[in-house]
Amino acid sequence: MTGFVDLRDVRLTYGGAADGTLALDGLTMSVQKGEFAAVVGPSGCGKSTLMKLATGLIAPQNGTIEVAGHEVDGPVSVAGMAFQNPSMLPWRSSLANVMLPLEIVQPHRSKFRSEKQAYTAKAEALLELVGLKGFGDKYPWQLSGGMQQRANLCRALIHDPALLMLDEPFGALDAFTREELWQVMRDLHAEKGFTTILVTHDLREAVFLADKVFVMSARPGTIIREREVPFERPRPIELTYESAFNDIVHELRDLIADARAAA
Amino acid sequence: MTDSRWITAAPWLWAIGLFVLWEGSVQVLDIPVIILPAPSDIWVATVKYWSPIWKNSVQTLYTTVVGFIMAVVGGMALGLAIGWSRSIYAGLYPIMIGFNSIPKVAVVPILVIWFGIGTIPAVLTAFLIAFFPIVVNVATGLATIEPEMEDVLRALGAKKHDIMLKVGIPRAMPYLFGSMKVAITLAFVGSVISESIAANSGLGYMMQLAQSQFNVPLVWAGLVALAVLGIIMYALMAWLEMRMTGWAHRGNRS
Ligand SMILES: Nc1ncnc2c1ncn2[C@@H]1O[C@H](COP(=O)(O)OP(=O)(O)O)[C@@H](O)[C@H]1O
Ligand SMILES: [Mg+2]
Repeated sequence: MTGFVDLRDVRLTYGGAADGTLALDGLTMSVQKGEFAAVVGPSGCGKSTLMKLATGLIAPQNGTIEVAGHEVDGPVSVAGMAFQNPSMLPWRSSLANVMLPLEIVQPHRSKFRSEKQAYTAKAEALLELVGLKGFGDKYPWQLSGGMQQRANLCRALIHDPALLMLDEPFGALDAFTREELWQVMRDLHAEKGFTTILVTHDLREAVFLADKVFVMSARPGTIIREREVPFERPRPIELTYESAFNDIVHELRDLIADARAAA
Repeated sequence: MTDSRWITAAPWLWAIGLFVLWEGSVQVLDIPVIILPAPSDIWVATVKYWSPIWKNSVQTLYTTVVGFIMAVVGGMALGLAIGWSRSIYAGLYPIMIGFNSIPKVAVVPILVIWFGIGTIPAVLTAFLIAFFPIVVNVATGLATIEPEMEDVLRALGAKKHDIMLKVGIPRAMPYLFGSMKVAITLAFVGSVISESIAANSGLGYMMQLAQSQFNVPLVWAGLVALAVLGIIMYALMAWLEMRMTGWAHRGNRS
């Protein structure tokens, strides 16, 4: 098993091994390079914990985690992250928010001043790609929730990460905006080809976007099913109304209902 | 007049109304000057003693502002340290709470033993009393960084000082400027307390002296001078806050 992201027999306990919360146990999963993976499961089953493990923000008590062929022993920096909360900095323009990772991550960090123009152009191109052309000089609070989330995706992608980690990024948006953002995400992935892990509680979102959906059990979380999504790309949004699509959604839904009942 | 002009005029109208009510009550109830002088008596005293009022106001403003600036610089430094490190936070916070609970008037005699009477104890009392809200606010601004933001940056390999520089410190600025409005008025309290006990200049000293001579209108003129200084400095801080951290008050923008 040599994927781009590999977790083997991972266990994670919060707050002391004896009396802490066992969040994940015996979790094994593998995501291939360029693949779009989705992770679904009951609330509190350890999905966000999985994100933090794979990006090296926390270390497991047991098992191994490999990203891009290296064992993870600290923040991976090949990853870009986006959460449900867009967490844009209100004192920075959207453009400056998008460029923030370049001020942090090497090799961009040391070149940031000298090549500011090239980086600005890059950020503007990315904003255009997600439909925010001309909004670069607006402040986050001048943007709608959907627009902030688009900018958030840009910030996660500005340093060309090989791995994109999304934790319920569209969870707070209304249904229409959410579907718009699915298509933005689909197109970004098609264009840039990064490996993606998307955590979501929206099963339609998972099936629409992912090549493979991992279903987690209730806490302590582990992978109980790996479901391939065979639809060919590019996928039109109308796909979500087809019966083959809804069959997979229902299949996943039943699995999660069982997992919740078992808990 | 339009609504917004009423709102601009409101502070003046209310102040005038209050003074008229005050003047009227004193006249009608025939209250003796020694109990409560009428605004007209205070005005007469202000004109008569303008030179000492002016001189002592300058002194009080000076000690207050110096103490306040020390409080801002020291408070920012300590606030940063506390917000930066959990162990500094855990270690210093109880001590600071204890220290802040001490009435500053009790500290003045100690300062006098160390530095003699006059300007230095007044500056230091202003500093001590204005220091605490600044520390607490700066530390709060740093401690309430959104965890998502921290995760995003840490996953990129950001170190603690990167996160502080890019997120923590800018985030703490509205807290700092907000606390400066509280701190400047507290600094006046500190310097006037010290001047009343141990000084031979300043509004506190002047009012103390006037009281011992039963010059009640001058005592009240000193109070009014303090109120005016307080309003001016507060307005200056509010203006500074708006200028420096307008992004945090976005409701007031376009
Ligand atoms: N920092 C933490 N300290 C202690 N317990 C935590 C912490 N983070 C999460 N947990 C617990 O671990 C479990 C999994 O959390 P999480 O990964 O956030 O779940 P999900 O994202 O699937 O809803 C939950 O029971 C949660 O209460
Ligand atoms: Mg979560």
